[in-house]
Amino acid sequence: MTILRENPAAAPETAAPETAGWTAVCAYTDLLPEQGACVLVDGRQIAVFRTFDGELYATGNLDPFSGACVLSRGIVGTRGAEPTVASPMHKQVFSLVTGRCLDDPATAVPTYPVRLSGGAVEVRVP
Amino acid sequence: MTRLVVVGHGPTAHRLVETLTDRGFGGRITILGEEPRPAYDRVALTSYLAGKSAEDLTYPVPDGVVLRLGAAVTAIDRDGRTVTTADGHAEPYDVLVLATGSSPFVPPVPGRDLDGCFVYRTIDDLDAIREASAGATAGVVIGGGLLGLEAADALRGLGLSTHVVEMGGWLMPRQVDEGGGAVLRGHIESLGLAVHTGAGVKEIAADDAGRVAGLVTPGGETIEAQVVVFSAGVRPRDELARTSGLAVGERGGIAVDDGMRTSDPAIYAIGECALHQGMVYGLVGPCFTMAEVAADRILGGAAAFTPADMSTKLKLLGVEVAQFGAMDGALDVTFMDPVTGVYQKLFVSDDARTLLGGICVGDATPYNTLKPFVGRELPGSPSELLFTGGPANMELPAEAVVCSCNNVTHGQICSAIADKGLTDVAGIKDCTRAGTTCGSCIPMLKQILVKSGVEVSKALCEHFTHSRAELFDIVRVRGITTFSQLIAEHGTGRGCDICKPVVASILASLGNGHILDGEQAALQDTNDRYLANIQRNGTYSVVPRIPGGEITPDKLIVIGEVARDFGLYTKITGGQRIDLFGARVEQLPLIWKRLVDAGFESGHAYGKSLRTVKSCVGSTWCRYGVQDSVGLAIALELRYRGLRSPHKLKSAVSGCARECAEARGKDFGIIATEQGWNLYVGGNGGFTPRHADLFASDLSTDGLIRVIDRFLMFYIRTADRLQRTSVWLENQGLDYVKEVVLEDSLGICAELDAQMERHVAGYADEWRAVLEDPERMRRFVSFVNAPGTPDPSIAFAPERDQVKPVLIPLEAVRS
Ligand SMILES: Cc1cc2nc3c(=O)[nH]c(=O)nc-3n(C[C@H](O)[C@H](O)[C@H](O)COP(=O)(O)OP(=O)(O)OC[C@H]3O[C@@H](n4cnc5c(N)ncnc54)[C@H](O)[C@@H]3O)c2cc1C
Ligand code: SF4
Repeated sequence: MTILRENPAAAPETAAPETAGWTAVCAYTDLLPEQGACVLVDGRQIAVFRTFDGELYATGNLDPFSGACVLSRGIVGTRGAEPTVASPMHKQVFSLVTGRCLDDPATAVPTYPVRLSGGAVEVRVP
Repeated sequence: MTRLVVVGHGPTAHRLVETLTDRGFGGRITILGEEPRPAYDRVALTSYLAGKSAEDLTYPVPDGVVLRLGAAVTAIDRDGRTVTTADGHAEPYDVLVLATGSSPFVPPVPGRDLDGCFVYRTIDDLDAIREASAGATAGVVIGGGLLGLEAADALRGLGLSTHVVEMGGWLMPRQVDEGGGAVLRGHIESLGLAVHTGAGVKEIAADDAGRVAGLVTPGGETIEAQVVVFSAGVRPRDELARTSGLAVGERGGIAVDDGMRTSDPAIYAIGECALHQGMVYGLVGPCFTMAEVAADRILGGAAAFTPADMSTKLKLLGVEVAQFGAMDGALDVTFMDPVTGVYQKLFVSDDARTLLGGICVGDATPYNTLKPFVGRELPGSPSELLFTGGPANMELPAEAVVCSCNNVTHGQICSAIADKGLTDVAGIKDCTRAGTTCGSCIPMLKQILVKSGVEVSKALCEHFTHSRAELFDIVRVRGITTFSQLIAEHGTGRGCDICKPVVASILASLGNGHILDGEQAALQDTNDRYLANIQRNGTYSVVPRIPGGEITPDKLIVIGEVARDFGLYTKITGGQRIDLFGARVEQLPLIWKRLVDAGFESGHAYGKSLRTVKSCVGSTWCRYGVQDSVGLAIALELRYRGLRSPHKLKSAVSGCARECAEARGKDFGIIATEQGWNLYVGGNGGFTPRHADLFASDLSTDGLIRVIDRFLMFYIRTADRLQRTSVWLENQGLDYVKEVVLEDSLGICAELDAQMERHVAGYADEWRAVLEDPERMRRFVSFVNAPGTPDPSIAFAPERDQVKPVLIPLEAVRS
C-alpha cells in the first residue's frame, strides 16, 4: 500500500535546477503533510518540514533548549500567519521561516535553503 | 513569649490554631485534647463508616504546635494560671482557650447504660457501633433530628433494620415545619426505615446477658433491637468553666462577649461550648467564625462575633433538606409535589418582597439560589421564584454570604476571582476556603464563576475559541473525523502543539482507527507518534504491558533478554511494570517485534490514556484478601487500555480494606469488600495529592465495570485539556457526577455505555499495527536519507552496571 495523500503533480514546482551547493535529501513523498523528517548532510542533522499547503522548510534538528536532536519530531502548525514547529521536549515554538524561537526571541535555530527539484527535495548547506 | 493553651482538639480548636500560625502568632501553643487522636472533620464523621479512614478525616497539625492527646483537662487554677490534666500534668498558661465542644445528651431512661447503647459523636463511638452491629439485626436511633437521621443512615449502612424514634410531631423539627416533615418521612420510609414520631421512650429492655434487647415505648410496645443510639441533642461541655467559677448560661454554655472572652479576660471560649448572646451554636460554620474572632483578638485585633447564620443544607439518605433564615414570616408560599416528594416553602414580609427564610425537602435549589437574599428584596415574586428557580441572571449583593461554613461572601469570592485570575471552583476553594467544608455552596460557586465579570476564556489556544469539552461535542455530534475539517469549519490557522494533540485525543476517544492513520499522525505529540516515551537525550523508553502487574517467569526472562540485547537501561516502575530506556527511533519496531513474538504488547507509559491498573496480590494468596484483586485489575486494564482521555488515567485494585495497592491515590481505585467492590474516584498523587472519594459501595463486578465505564466516558466528554479527574471532580461536584453516572440524571448513560463498548470492541494492539504496515514502519528511522544510520549525537556512559545518557552540554548547544 501507499500513503500518498496528495497528487505529487499538485506539489509546488520550482524552476530549472542549478545544482551547485544543493544536496538531494529525499523524495517529496518521503515527507508527510505537516510533519518533519530528519536528514543527514555532511554529518549535519537537518530537519525538513512540509506544511499543509506543501511549502518546504529546513532548520537545524538540534533543540537548543534540551540539547537533543529532536526538532524534526515536533508538531508543525502556525502562530498567526507564521508556520512553526514546537520542540517535542519542552514545547518551545520556533518559526520555520526564520528559525527564531517565538517564546524566547534571544534563541534561534539555523535555517537552510530548501527546494523541490522534480520529485526530489534538495537543501543547501554552506 | 505568650504561652497559649487550648483545651479540646476538635474542628474549632484546629481552626483557631491554624489561623494563629497562618497569621504568624509568635507565642507557644499547647493543645490538650481528650480524644486519642488529633482533631478531625466531625461533620464528615459518617463517611468513616462508608470507608474513609481516620487519617482521611484528620486535619494536619501546624508545625511548632505541641499537641498532647488523651489529655483530659480536669481543673483550671485561674489564680495560678495553670490547667491540670487527668494524669496529673500541669500546664501553665498566659492565655487559655476552651474549645471543649459538646457531648451528646442521653435522657435519663432506665437501661441507658446497657451494653449495646451508644452515642454518635466520635470515631471511637463509630468503632464501637460498627463492632456491635456485626452480630446484630436491628437498631434504634432515639432522636429524629439532623444527627439522628445521620446515625440512622449509618446503621442502615451497617446492614441493620433501622428504626427512628422522635419525640416531636415530625422529623427534623428544628429545620423543617410539619408539612416538610411529612414529605421527609415519606422519603425515609421509602428507603425501608421505620419512623415513629410523637413517641417517647419508657426504658431500654435487656436480654438475659444484660445486653440491649429493645426499646419499650410509654405505651408498652417493644421495638426489638440490639443496638441503640442516643441522638437526643447535645449539651455544651462547660463543666470546667462551672468548677472554675466562670460565668455560664442558665441552660448551659460558657458565656462569652463579642470577642469570645469569658468572664475571665485571660480565658476565651469558642465553638459548641460557647454561649454568645444567649445562643449556643451547633453548626461548624459559626464555630469557625468564633475561632477566627478569638485568633484576631489574641493577636491584638478587634474582630467581633455577630449572631450567625444557622442555615443548613444536607443530603440525608439521599434526600436534600435545607433551611435558611427565619422559620416563620408574615406570609409564606409553598410549592409541593407529592409525586417527586418535593416540598419548598418561602417566608416573606407582609408586602411579599423581602425574603425572611425558607425550607426545602427533596430539592434544595431554592437554598442555593435564594439564601443570599435573606433580609433583602427578592428578584421576583416568591411563587415565580419557587416554580422556575428564579431568573438565571439574578444579581447577588456583595455582602450576601455564599459559603456559610466558612463565612465567605459573594463580594470576597468575586474579588478573589478578579485579583487572582481564578477560573475554576478548585481555585476558589484554595483562595477563599468557600466550598471546602460541607460543599453545599459549590453549585453557587459555579454560577458566580460563570457570571463573574472576568471573561473566563475557555479558548483552547489561538486556533479554537472552544473549550475541549465543546470541541468534543462538536466532533461527536457533527461526526467530524479529521482535524482539517474541524479547523476549517470551527477554527483558524493550522493548529499547534496544544490543539492538535487535544483533537487527536478526541478523535481517538470516539474511535477513528489507528492513531497514526491519515492526518492523525501529524497531530500526535512525539510520544504518541512514536508510541514510546521520549527521554532527555531524544531516545525513547519502552514499557511492555504487564496487566495488573502479573507476569510469568518466561515473560520476565524475555524482557531481560530484550533489554540486554538492545543495551537498554532497565528500571522497575511505580505502576508495576518494567521500563526499558535508551531505544533509538529505528530500534523501536525491532524491540516491539521481539515483545510481540513473546506474547506481549508494548504499553502506554505516555500519552493521555490509561497507564496501568496496579493490584495487590489479593484473595488467591493473601490471607486477608476477600476478593481476587489481580483478576479484576487484569480485566480492567485490558478493558480500558488504549482509551484516550483529557489526561492520563491511573487505577489500582486492593483485595481488602488494608489497601496495599494504594487504590485511593488513583483516578479510579477499587477496594474489595466482603460483598463486592467499593469504587473510589478522583484520587491523585503527583504535585497536588488527593485521596479518592467513595463513589459507590458493594458493587458486583459487572455493576462496577458499568459504573467505571460511565464515569470515564463522562469525564472524557466534559473535562478540560490536561484536567485530571481530581480537579474535574472538584469542579463538577461529587454529588452531581454521582447523579449523572449512578442515577442517569442527564439521560446519557446509554450513550456513554455505547461509546465505551465501541472503544473496547475497537481496541487493537497499536504497536503490532505498526509492525504490520511497511508504510508506517518507514517512519521509524533516524534519517530519511540514511535509514540504517544511528543518530551520532546519542551516546551512553556506564553507571551502576547499566547505561546512562551522555548529554550535549547546553552551553555548547546555545553558542
Ligand atoms: C455526626 C455529626 C454530623 C454533623 N454534621 C454537621 C453538618 O453537616 N454541618 C454542621 O455545620 N455541623 C455538623 N455537625 C456539628 C459539628 O461537628 C460541630 O459543630 C463541630 O464539631 C464543633 O466543633 P468543636 O471543636 O467546637 O467541638 P467538638 O467537635 O465537640 O470538639 C471538642 C473536643 O474537645 C474535647 N474535650 C472536651 N472537653 C475536654 C477537656 N476537658 N479536656 C480535653 N479535651 C476536651 C472533646 O473530646 C472533643 O474532641 C455534626 C456533628 C456530628 C457529630
Ligand atoms: S490489600 Fe488486603 S488482600 Fe491485598 S495484599 Fe493487602 S492485605 Fe492482602
